[in-house]
Amino acid sequence: MASKQVTPTRMELTRLKKKLVTATRGHKLLKDKRDELMRQFLDLVRENMALREKVEAGIKAANRNFVIAKAGMSQAALRTALMAPKQAVDLSMTQKNVMSVDIPVFDTKTRTADANDIYSYGFAFTSSDLDGAVKSLADILPDMLKLAETEKACQLMAAEIEKTRRRVNALEHVIIPETQENIKYITMKLDENERSSQIRLMKVKDMMLEEAHHYKEREAY
Amino acid sequence: MYKIAVLGDYDSIYGFAALGLDTYPVKNPEEAKETFLRLAEEKAGIIYITEACAAVLKHEIDRYKEQLVPAVIQIPGVNGNTGAGIDGVKKSVEQAVGSDILFGDN
Repeated sequence: MASKQVTPTRMELTRLKKKLVTATRGHKLLKDKRDELMRQFLDLVRENMALREKVEAGIKAANRNFVIAKAGMSQAALRTALMAPKQAVDLSMTQKNVMSVDIPVFDTKTRTADANDIYSYGFAFTSSDLDGAVKSLADILPDMLKLAETEKACQLMAAEIEKTRRRVNALEHVIIPETQENIKYITMKLDENERSSQIRLMKVKDMMLEEAHHYKEREAY
Repeated sequence: MYKIAVLGDYDSIYGFAALGLDTYPVKNPEEAKETFLRLAEEKAGIIYITEACAAVLKHEIDRYKEQLVPAVIQIPGVNGNTGAGIDGVKKSVEQAVGSDILFGDN
């Protein structure tokens, strides 16, 4: 029993009542937050899964193309071809706040104006398979960036939901019942004290009346 | 300005260099760990990491899971898909909901 530590005073009772009101309101708010987070999370995670499947399939295809390209030319030639990339991707990030969770929003900019300017080599010494391989990888890049954004958001939101859920549960199953129990204990204890002091007063009154009028002696006559 | 880094064995990631992403080929787990920690410190915005590489860096990756950057995203390597990326998404659902209610069947 948690009630053994509380001091049964009126001040403590007032304090506990205030605590109960705060805890109840906090519980309601956190529950709303959890529900809304969960709703958004489920939408996001579905999108995440779809994107991931798409990206993984795309990378798998690109890898296959690269293996074929590699088979068609020497290792040295391949390394030379890809050594000095023409294109660069600049990543800038802004934050978006979803139900108190900061999630990143990525924005990319390619260095050259034409995003398709990806071939960092002359076409003379490389196999045509390499062109296809690089192209297939370039096609999947926007989805990969989108995936990074959603997956990170999902991870952050999952962590926040877990935290919120624990808080809701702690309030619902520990703090609130415990406080109610303590309030009950104090109320009963105070009532009991009041009754006992009333009885004491009645007893004292009897004794004083007996002293003044000597009822018992009179009865004896 | 953030970087987009790709981490993994050379064969799996060399193609990304052509797209303008920064590739960091690594040969062994120690090198991978060192490179990963350096990238995370240098505030790389996104780190794409091959599933094989991520498997040995699980502990380090988990540390950055609740931070805004870097976003560590697993990609399949040249040796095929281990399903670790999909598992990661399922784990998120499990963490949030308590059990996997969305993708449990596949």
